[in-house]
Amino acid sequence: MSDPRHNSTELPSKPPIWNDPKYRALFFQAILIAGLAFFGYTIIQNTLSNMEARGISTGFAFMSEKSGFDILQSLIPFDSDSTYGKTFIVGILNTLLVTGLGIIFATILGFIIGIARLSNNWLISRLAAVYIETFRNIPLLIQLFFWYFVVLKSLPQVRNSISFFDSVFLSNRGLYIPSPIFENGFIYTGIAILAGIIGSLILKKWARKRQEKTGQTFPVFLSSLGLIILLPIIVLFLSGNPLSWEIPKLGRFNIQGGASLIPELFALLLGLSIYTAAFIAEIVRSGITAVSHGQTEAALSVGLTPAQTLRLVVIPQALRVIIPPLTSQYLNLFKNSSLATAIGYPDLVAVFMGTTLNQTGQAVEIIAMTMAVYLTVSLLISMFMNWYNAKMSLVER
Amino acid sequence: MYVTNKILPELPAPSNAKGIVHWLKTNLFNGPINTIFTFLGLFIIYKIIPPVIEWAFIDATWFADSSSACKLENGDRKPGACWAFITNRFDQIMYGFYPASERWRPNLAGIMLVLLTIPLFFEKTPKKAWLGGFILLVFPFIAYSLIHGGGLFGLPVVDTSKWGGLMLTLIISLVGILFALFFGTILALGRRSSMPIVKSLSVVFIEFWRGVPLITVLFMSSVMLPLFLPEGTDFDKLARAMIGIILFQSAYVAEVVRGGLQAIPKGQYEAASAMGLSYWKSMFLVILPQAMKLVIPGLVNTFIALFKDTTLVLIIGLFDLLAIIENVLGADPAWLGFHTEGLVFAAFVFWIFCFSMSRYSMALERKLDTNHRN
Repeated sequence: MSDPRHNSTELPSKPPIWNDPKYRALFFQAILIAGLAFFGYTIIQNTLSNMEARGISTGFAFMSEKSGFDILQSLIPFDSDSTYGKTFIVGILNTLLVTGLGIIFATILGFIIGIARLSNNWLISRLAAVYIETFRNIPLLIQLFFWYFVVLKSLPQVRNSISFFDSVFLSNRGLYIPSPIFENGFIYTGIAILAGIIGSLILKKWARKRQEKTGQTFPVFLSSLGLIILLPIIVLFLSGNPLSWEIPKLGRFNIQGGASLIPELFALLLGLSIYTAAFIAEIVRSGITAVSHGQTEAALSVGLTPAQTLRLVVIPQALRVIIPPLTSQYLNLFKNSSLATAIGYPDLVAVFMGTTLNQTGQAVEIIAMTMAVYLTVSLLISMFMNWYNAKMSLVER
Repeated sequence: MYVTNKILPELPAPSNAKGIVHWLKTNLFNGPINTIFTFLGLFIIYKIIPPVIEWAFIDATWFADSSSACKLENGDRKPGACWAFITNRFDQIMYGFYPASERWRPNLAGIMLVLLTIPLFFEKTPKKAWLGGFILLVFPFIAYSLIHGGGLFGLPVVDTSKWGGLMLTLIISLVGILFALFFGTILALGRRSSMPIVKSLSVVFIEFWRGVPLITVLFMSSVMLPLFLPEGTDFDKLARAMIGIILFQSAYVAEVVRGGLQAIPKGQYEAASAMGLSYWKSMFLVILPQAMKLVIPGLVNTFIALFKDTTLVLIIGLFDLLAIIENVLGADPAWLGFHTEGLVFAAFVFWIFCFSMSRYSMALERKLDTNHRN
């Protein structure tokens, strides 16, 4: 074949097959897959022979065996006769409990600190900055140890519990609060709460329609508040107050009755909320500063009140910036709750990957199941995030 | 009628519109609500600062040979902090069980690293890239031969089970970030690749490690890894933890680097291939140098997270700074009951490192931020 450079009328010949990017890509990917398959095969072979040598049977049969240990705190009935499968459920529930409570407290604290950081009061803003820089830069594990071993262990013994109004007790055994007892007639109050919520939703719709038609506004927030809070209270008393409180009683060695927060949960909640709040505060601050001042000025100049400006113009725009990183902080809190195992709170890692793994030796199954739980929740949250981002992203015209 | 034909001299500003009084008025006492908040803030400071200073400095015992110096006649604790607990065992907090006669080796490696790194922070240093390359590619071998022994210099081997304290914390985080940078960059390139299988494998890998907590990864590497290897291969505990940390951290680094890659305008990619550069050449000569510069602040933040996360190796039984203080010194019968001092000291050390790094990353961000907003 003649050299194409000497014959300009001829098209350049096709590159040899090993220089064609399409075939190259195919080739590399084939090698990659073959390599991975070989790697996976070796690992599985090794694992199987190792487990055989150690006398561990594979499979999930252990899930229905009797566990033989107790768990410090459980949201469903659990005792040492329960199965290993149930330890898994208890662990998940405990993890979700601490995550849920932690998210609530961290969000409240984080928003307060974040807004304080933006305060025009110099002292308050400095204090918030000190809070953020202190708690953000110390490893969570150290903070958990501090709250658990230093603060909670130095609380008084049960006998000398710190009590508030003789109904809330704080000691080194945890926090005891009154628990509600719902009697028969409480159902009417429940219905009233539901009716209040539905009523305020309808009210909101009606007020919006009226405003669009006539331009008149209606105090929706206050009236909804009345509907949701006052209505149930009235019904509660009309139906003869069917709600009573079981108040914890201080005994000689322990406290009886009421709802209790074990010290491990208390320390974990403190640590997680305070640590995550520092990050949330920074997110809130940057979200609010991201809304340019022109927006506020424009809103005020069209005649909105400062409160309306905040509610209708600044906050919706700030939330657009705040929510994505906020969600990833929630995700971090969820993953960080696994540090519970270091202070002995019975979360999924401590109960299932700790005790159950030690007792059964089913390392592969148990670690895979634990990771699968975390992975599922993480993926669900990031799916929600993508959906939310797509919904909220600015529609440019 | 008063008419003047000369300009009057400026009057001084009213006394309440300047100086400290003005500052107080505008920043602390503007309005009743702010005044209340100011007093609230002052109250919080009053409640926290004096007792802490009293505990940590005024009443503290700084140096002592035994814990009795921190106790009263009747055996109770003195009211102040007992820093003697820290100063007395300082060597162990720094080096763990590393033999005292060999401690010059990690010291030398540390000093070398600092001396090599300092020039990188000055703008005028020539051949920065070579120096950086030396630190990343050659220095690790030198450091390994020094700290572990054997290798280049034929020093006696100090087993990794003897490593501990702040030294181990630094080693884990530095080795972790070094490997994570390497694998993370490859993963980021993989995620942006046009080959569908490479791309989806990278996505799965990254999302998997980012979706699970580090503790489960450490458990996995310490319990499951030995099962994966052929029978009889024994694996160092530290190496197992390192593998877990590197896998976990490369996923995070990959996402940071991907952010940088996405920020490079498409024209750069096109220009590189128009010049006839191959994929790897265009990446290493054109794209990555620009992308990496953009993501340095993000990488520093990832490193801070990694540095804080190294404390978790305590759970799988390695003796990092926190574990030495918590599990070794804390369990020493001669010094029982000084938990608070130990934790406060550990917190202080981590805080110093993390705070200075985060300040550095913020300063860098400001320097690199060349688009003038506002």
